[in-house]
Amino acid sequence: MASVQGALLDLKRLDRLAGGDTPLHRLDPRAKVLATLVFIVCVVSFGRYEISALIPFFIFPVCLVSSGRLPARYLAAKVALVAPFAIAVGICNPLFDRTVLLHLGPLDVTGGWVSFASIVVRTALTVAAALVLTALTGFASICRALVSLGMPRTFAMQLLFLYRYLFVLAEEGGRAARARELRSFGRTGRGLASYASLLGHLLLRTWQRAERMHMAMLARGYAGTFPAAQHGSFGAREFLFVLFWSALCIILRLYNGAEILGTLVTGYLP
Amino acid sequence: MHMADALLSPAVGATMWAVSAGGVALTSARLCRERDDRLAPLMGVLGGFLFAAQMINFSIPGTGSSGHLTGGLLLAILLGPSAAFLTVASVLVVQAFFFADGGLLALGCNIFNLGVIPALLVYPLCYLRLIGPAPGPRREAAVTMSCALVAMQLGALCVVLETAASGISVLPLDKFLFLMQPIHLAIGLVEGAVTLAVVSFLRKARPELLGRGERARAASGRLALAGVLICALLVAGGLSRFASEKPDGLEWSVAKASGAPSLAERRFGLPAWLGALQKRTAWFPEYQAPAPAAVTQTGTASGKGSGVPGVVGTVVTVVLVVGAAALLRRGNRESATPEA
Amino acid sequence: MSHHILEIDHLRHVYPDGTEALREVSFSVRHGESVAVIGANGAGKSTLLAHLNGHLLPDAGEVRIGHVPVDRTNLNEARRTVGMVFQDPDDQLFMPTVYEDVAFGPMNLGLSGTELKNCVAEALRRVDAEHLAGKAPYHLSAGEKRRVAIATVLSMSPDILVMDEPTNGLDPYARRQLIGLLKEFHHSKIITSHDLDMVLEVCERTVVLSKGVVRADGPTLEIFRDEALLRECRLEKPLSMQGCPVCGPKGR
Repeated sequence: MASVQGALLDLKRLDRLAGGDTPLHRLDPRAKVLATLVFIVCVVSFGRYEISALIPFFIFPVCLVSSGRLPARYLAAKVALVAPFAIAVGICNPLFDRTVLLHLGPLDVTGGWVSFASIVVRTALTVAAALVLTALTGFASICRALVSLGMPRTFAMQLLFLYRYLFVLAEEGGRAARARELRSFGRTGRGLASYASLLGHLLLRTWQRAERMHMAMLARGYAGTFPAAQHGSFGAREFLFVLFWSALCIILRLYNGAEILGTLVTGYLP
Repeated sequence: MHMADALLSPAVGATMWAVSAGGVALTSARLCRERDDRLAPLMGVLGGFLFAAQMINFSIPGTGSSGHLTGGLLLAILLGPSAAFLTVASVLVVQAFFFADGGLLALGCNIFNLGVIPALLVYPLCYLRLIGPAPGPRREAAVTMSCALVAMQLGALCVVLETAASGISVLPLDKFLFLMQPIHLAIGLVEGAVTLAVVSFLRKARPELLGRGERARAASGRLALAGVLICALLVAGGLSRFASEKPDGLEWSVAKASGAPSLAERRFGLPAWLGALQKRTAWFPEYQAPAPAAVTQTGTASGKGSGVPGVVGTVVTVVLVVGAAALLRRGNRESATPEA
Repeated sequence: MSHHILEIDHLRHVYPDGTEALREVSFSVRHGESVAVIGANGAGKSTLLAHLNGHLLPDAGEVRIGHVPVDRTNLNEARRTVGMVFQDPDDQLFMPTVYEDVAFGPMNLGLSGTELKNCVAEALRRVDAEHLAGKAPYHLSAGEKRRVAIATVLSMSPDILVMDEPTNGLDPYARRQLIGLLKEFHHSKIITSHDLDMVLEVCERTVVLSKGVVRADGPTLEIFRDEALLRECRLEKPLSMQGCPVCGPKGR
């Protein structure tokens, strides 16, 4: 990875977005989690040759980004960077699937290219939805929402602990990695042996930190359980939000919005 | 390797979610019962450690490429299976939300491939069986290496199966396997070597830290095995059922074009399951090229061989979406000014 | 004089590996007194602090809080009475937001509702950090982290504040702010530090530890004037007491 520090800055930036104060930020996190899940399930439930019907789904992330006042360009760049695996697998589709599906004037489009494009669109939609959810809600609130949706408390606590110490440890690891890089002059010394030793030391320090944390927790009356978090309210606004987006997603899932529009515009009736 | 939403069908995604959620519930309950109050902070920071470790690379000699630790086996050796599994799962959740590694639906798959397999399957079933009490260095090396390899190979195999069962990628199963397994042979070797090196480093520096995994050894036997069996049954049953019920995105589209049974009916309707029974024998009838006859009717922008309305519709939709965004943003700014 | 609130009586601690960290340490702290514990690295300061709220239990001797010896049965009471501020605030701030972190202790003590809210708000106000309540700990600066860490302890209304290297890693402004804060507290305080200038300002009394025993115990200024003692204990006169290198030697 280019730099640990870079990744960390990126993470902090996304985390900070959740501190925004728009009606969407204030919405109960459960509503946002549910709507996002419905959205993702609807998107991935399309067949492999679907493109046009997927396009209207962009309305969901786009609406949330604009009314949540999130930096669209930053999120778009993040979406473009991720999911190399999906693209790498998807790019094989044109090689194996050469049946011609479409004639766009002189151009013959094979099934492989159509399904590849579909994978790209899916990636953009699902990744954007996940990032928007995080940026609008914040990780701690998402955890709380998941707990009230049935996630075990132990796991929620683990997630929150991890999230808190991720920053501390990533910085520590980043410093160690940089120190190693500075003395390895880009050649030797970056192999397995030094890597393992670096990790070993990092692990030891991590462990000592855990012991100190445990001490700090005991000092404040920790007895093996965490106090329950306060619950938000799932009111009419939340209900409407979930209802609206779920209904829209399901309608768009059942009727190809883009094609209907296209038919209207071109006056072409099948 | 992270599985991605874009390659998943909802059926496969949901099945794997169910399995992984079951794993999380089971292990959480076990940890709750153990009531080791040191464990909570330890798991938290070790998750952070794993996260940091995955961002630091090292070069693999002679190849010019680089690798990093995935850590499931290492954590299992240090913490015991339940705690290790929850820790790995938590790292994957954070990655899904912040780096969109994989995605939210694929989270189930990823937790299974990188968490359940090394911590709840390979560790109790292979590592503990083989390592025996008080292993010598050679035995430890051999067992660690082979377990890391097995875990990695199984993980890669699952990625391939999940992808094939979803049917979004048309990559033939055999070709995909040939692609994935050798790559993960190398990755598994590296994983084993790093795990081994870190464990022996710890054994020299702070031997008492390794006690936790060893203590977990006694407890981890039956319960983990039971959980794992349930998982395995779920996966086998669920995947095969869904895979044969809805083996193909293509069929789905055809069905939709000719009368469109609703989403719920398709997924849960009994007739669909019964109708799928005959196909059950064929696990992945998926990777044959689509039949041309069906293709002309797909729900894509194909109409009757001409893509014009689809393409125009797509363009119009994009324009509308962008317009809506601009409007919302503007409205927002206006409403924001009096507040600010 | 009021009674001693904290007494350390012939305290001895040997680690499992045989290291004799504390050989024989005795001193006591009165109500409202500020005591600095100074000493070289490895003199036993951290081990001593770990005994004060029962994280370590002595091998011989005892620690008495309000005349009650700390043992396994009254750990919780001891931990409420003695508020410990750790050297690295990252170890102490483990909850997702500052508010929750400050609320962690009081919630474990059974507070809830408005009582809890008021308690947290008061603790944050005292360290001048009300505006940080909703923030995540990793978004804070070092000085802010330190102040919040103090608030997490204040919220449990302890009688004694114990701080390990409170000025470590702070920029001069944050350090100055912290010193101001420490002077305002009327709690009994025990502070370990290598920042002897801070000690000079905050603590009227100093205990010098060396190799697990109390080497000296007395008014801070007196101890800092004894250059031979300081040198022997691998310490050095605070800069503010040394002559200015530009205007020539003066000393205090």
